[in-house]
Amino acid sequence: MKELRVTPIKNGTVIDHIPAGLALKVLKILGIGDSVTSTVTVTMHVPSRAMGWKDIVKVEDRELGTREIDKIALIAPTATVNVIRNYNVAEKRRVTLPDRAIGILRCANPNCISNLKEPIESEFVVRSKNPLRVVCKYCDRELEEIVPHIL
Amino acid sequence: MNLRIWGLMSDFQGRDVLSIRELTKSDIQLVLKTAKKMVPIAVGTRRSRSLDGKILATLFFEPSTRTRLSFESAMARLGGRVLGFSGTEGTSVQKGETLADTIRMVEAYSDAIVLRHPQEGAARLAAEFTDKPVINAGDGAGQHPTQTLLDLYTIWDEKGAFQGQNVTLVGDLRYGRTVHSLTYALAELGAHLTFVSPPTLEMPREILEHVKERGLTFRVTNRLEDVVREADVLYVTRIQRERFPDPQEYEAVAGSYRIDEAVLRDAKRGLIIMHPLPRLTEIASEVDRTKHAVYFKQASNAVPVRMALLDLILGGAE
Repeated sequence: MKELRVTPIKNGTVIDHIPAGLALKVLKILGIGDSVTSTVTVTMHVPSRAMGWKDIVKVEDRELGTREIDKIALIAPTATVNVIRNYNVAEKRRVTLPDRAIGILRCANPNCISNLKEPIESEFVVRSKNPLRVVCKYCDRELEEIVPHIL
Repeated sequence: MNLRIWGLMSDFQGRDVLSIRELTKSDIQLVLKTAKKMVPIAVGTRRSRSLDGKILATLFFEPSTRTRLSFESAMARLGGRVLGFSGTEGTSVQKGETLADTIRMVEAYSDAIVLRHPQEGAARLAAEFTDKPVINAGDGAGQHPTQTLLDLYTIWDEKGAFQGQNVTLVGDLRYGRTVHSLTYALAELGAHLTFVSPPTLEMPREILEHVKERGLTFRVTNRLEDVVREADVLYVTRIQRERFPDPQEYEAVAGSYRIDEAVLRDAKRGLIIMHPLPRLTEIASEVDRTKHAVYFKQASNAVPVRMALLDLILGGAE
């Protein structure tokens, strides 16, 4: 019998088809650290027919909001998000990179007005999806590195 | 005198001017043609009450005498009034007020807002918090579209066209916002561009890519002497000392891009030399006397160009 690497969960979210090696960054995006109260399972370097190798993240008792899914799309555009309710896949969603990333990235330019205490959300225009290029709506600077600037 | 061009003008009325890249070729041409008609009023030989009853707020969060005074002169020449501040001392900004709140307050006092701010993106933020038109008069190292418009006006006024002109930009092309905005605009208007700078201060790659995408040819070189004789316009910018860790290296580089009579020996008769000013040593004072020097005229073009913009945006008197 084939051993199940990923055991089923009762309720929660399974993020599948994460490019191999990026699972821990997905955890960072989801803000999953020491304070998490439910079980989180990370499976890395799993064989995948479509991708060669992939990572999987399972978060029990938590369903992801649209904004969190958008965040995942910034680093793992191939990921799929399965919402599990009572052991069944209740929803299957493919992450889609939005045209604008609102409130999820911090501008790397310290002199950008969006880094001051103004009543606005950061906003980045997605100039290109592959390779990913995002530009700050306010100061027009391109964000060279995405992950360190995720809010 | 009514200078408005009905139909075309409606595109401009009430509009923000935040970045030169948001203006189309026909927008730019309209501003330049309107500016030309403004010259007699700008120099005081004709009078206009076109903006009678209108109030312009000039919010200068950092001082910039040249830009502020030319906006104020432009508004006054058209019969409008100006209020505002220069430097934040004694204002609510010092008490920690956000830019958004300052703008919401000033909106009630004025018909248009001119903003100079040390932070990049400030003008775009301001425009989000008011329905009144916002004109960006410089946001940190970001955009300064009215400077670009007066640069374009100077080229157009002196040379009559952009196409076919060899515009050679010299100096710090990496950090200079003036040359970046000018390059974007000239790429739109079809000039041939030559970029002359030290290797460490070359024009950013994405801007060169943009020029290429517009289907234009350009040249990049470190040697001014190789290209000066082909130039129709020489746009000179300051190379800042702080860009170089080694003072000797700075002296050597700055010296190699200094424009003097010897450098201009083989220049075209019709060559014009521009500079956003203030200059340090990059243009020798002996050049001031030559027919090539247009940088002081360029500075004075600020008034008719800003008048044109204000008249187009505020619509003038009925």
